[in-house]
Amino acid sequence: MAKGLSKSFKKALWVYHCNSGSCNGCDIEIIAALCPRYDLERFGIKLVGTPRHADVLLITGPVTKQMEDKVKRVYEQMPDPKAVICVGNCGNTGDVFYESYNLVGPVSNVLPVDVHVIGCPPRPEAIIMGVAKAWVKLETLEAKK
Amino acid sequence: MKEKTTSKTTYQLPIGPIHPALKEPVMFEFEIDGERIVDVDVSLGHVHRAIEWTGMRRNSIQIIYLAERICGICSISHPMAFIRAVENAVDIEVPERAEYLRVIQCELERICSHILWAGVAAHEIGFDTVLFLTWQMREKVLDLTEYLTGNRITKAILTIGGVRRDITKDHHPKIFETLNYLKDNFDKLRHIFLDDKTFQLRSQGCGILRYEDALKLCAVGPTTRASGVKKDVRVDQSYAAYGDLDIKHITPDLLTGQVNGDVYDRIIVRLLEIKQSVELIEKAIDQMPSGDLVSEPKILKILATIKKTNGEGVGRAEAPRGEVIHYVKFNGESEHPYTWKVRAPTYNNILPWIPMLKGEQIADIPIVAASTDPCISCTNRVAVIDGNNNYELNKEELHRLSVEKTRRLMK
Ligand code: SF4
Repeated sequence: MAKGLSKSFKKALWVYHCNSGSCNGCDIEIIAALCPRYDLERFGIKLVGTPRHADVLLITGPVTKQMEDKVKRVYEQMPDPKAVICVGNCGNTGDVFYESYNLVGPVSNVLPVDVHVIGCPPRPEAIIMGVAKAWVKLETLEAKK
Repeated sequence: MKEKTTSKTTYQLPIGPIHPALKEPVMFEFEIDGERIVDVDVSLGHVHRAIEWTGMRRNSIQIIYLAERICGICSISHPMAFIRAVENAVDIEVPERAEYLRVIQCELERICSHILWAGVAAHEIGFDTVLFLTWQMREKVLDLTEYLTGNRITKAILTIGGVRRDITKDHHPKIFETLNYLKDNFDKLRHIFLDDKTFQLRSQGCGILRYEDALKLCAVGPTTRASGVKKDVRVDQSYAAYGDLDIKHITPDLLTGQVNGDVYDRIIVRLLEIKQSVELIEKAIDQMPSGDLVSEPKILKILATIKKTNGEGVGRAEAPRGEVIHYVKFNGESEHPYTWKVRAPTYNNILPWIPMLKGEQIADIPIVAASTDPCISCTNRVAVIDGNNNYELNKEELHRLSVEKTRRLMK
């Protein structure tokens, strides 16, 4: 478990997954992390259908121009405290698409990213690690209150 | 695509581009009359990453990795089509062993993709247990993929003139173990999807694509085969080593004796294809000759040849979702392609949504759309820009540009 995380989790972590123009590679790894082999749900982490229910935004893809305002809107709809995890190289750096004319990304240009998960696509283990780190951030925010 | 209706009884229901039922950004506008869908319009372009444009600024070896990231699920099919286009343009002879290894990788990808699809389809009708069950099976195949290529999703195994890694005798036990596991579980899958009452109720007679429509709208892959159209690049063109492997078109009548073209038939086709792929891999391993992996191990030499090439090439491959076509043209001056054009299968499979969805209920949208296994990231590469970064091009203009481009290319 990540450092700084309390032994008993205060609350289950709800995650909203948003695709801002990814190649699907990261998206399927996120689903794979939720499926039986890695089974994120055993920690109470679950994907929810609307940003209004979510604590964490998992964002994949390099943010295309068409998705920029939509991504921002999703972020604004999330209640505080919230954390953003950027999954995959293309959201973090642009990856193979870096010189493309249609990107506003990387994601950190659009949203404040808390955790960067690197890999193209990252392994499910790495994604789980990322979520755990976001958890630490949320608990710290919570403790400050 | 859609005519505006002014009647007061219908209303519009926009879905997307961000919506929990959608895995990828795409936008639909439905015209609804009560519970019935009267008309559908699809708007694309949210995942446009300018891949072709970027590709024209890179050399062919770099493009392989770019092509891989057109879609993470078809990360063999796209490079495969691209590589074949380059090989076609430059006239590269691929060693026979490499052709067999390519078949094995392609079929592994197909198994992964179809199992993934089965899970998503089950999820769309609210059968999450099956999603987990199928994805557990998929992990086994991913393990094998990782064992053979070093990666789970983006495999980076193909290269111009061959493949980058061999499959040796040491690999065989693990391969056969996985294939046997798949065979053991195939009946379970078949039982769940084909005999289960819920699945039958939701899928039979739903989202019908008639034979004529499938032909007219140029549907490809399992979507068209489920409507009885015998179309499969692996059979029709027998690229790589498929010619030696005795492969047939899979249509639903093989199992049920009839073709309805509904969602149920599309499930049948995909399930049968999983079985076919397992058999193909077994055959390929059995018949694989010994020999080289690549025609030319020195990448720089290949690039130098490409630089001198003045010509064009077309590569076709059967991706899990249907035929993918890549076109490249080199002008003999640089190692970057002069043109690179990709036609992904979902492009053809989106228009059939319109006849499939018309007259269905709103609740059927997810399963009908999912039944064609759409891949939006594959589809959104094409947008034409002018100097002012203006994306708005109407159909006539687009057509004019397209005609102009054809003329230019013919020169
Ligand atoms: S990081 Fe790689 S695998 Fe993930 S979405 Fe981007 S290109 Fe695809």
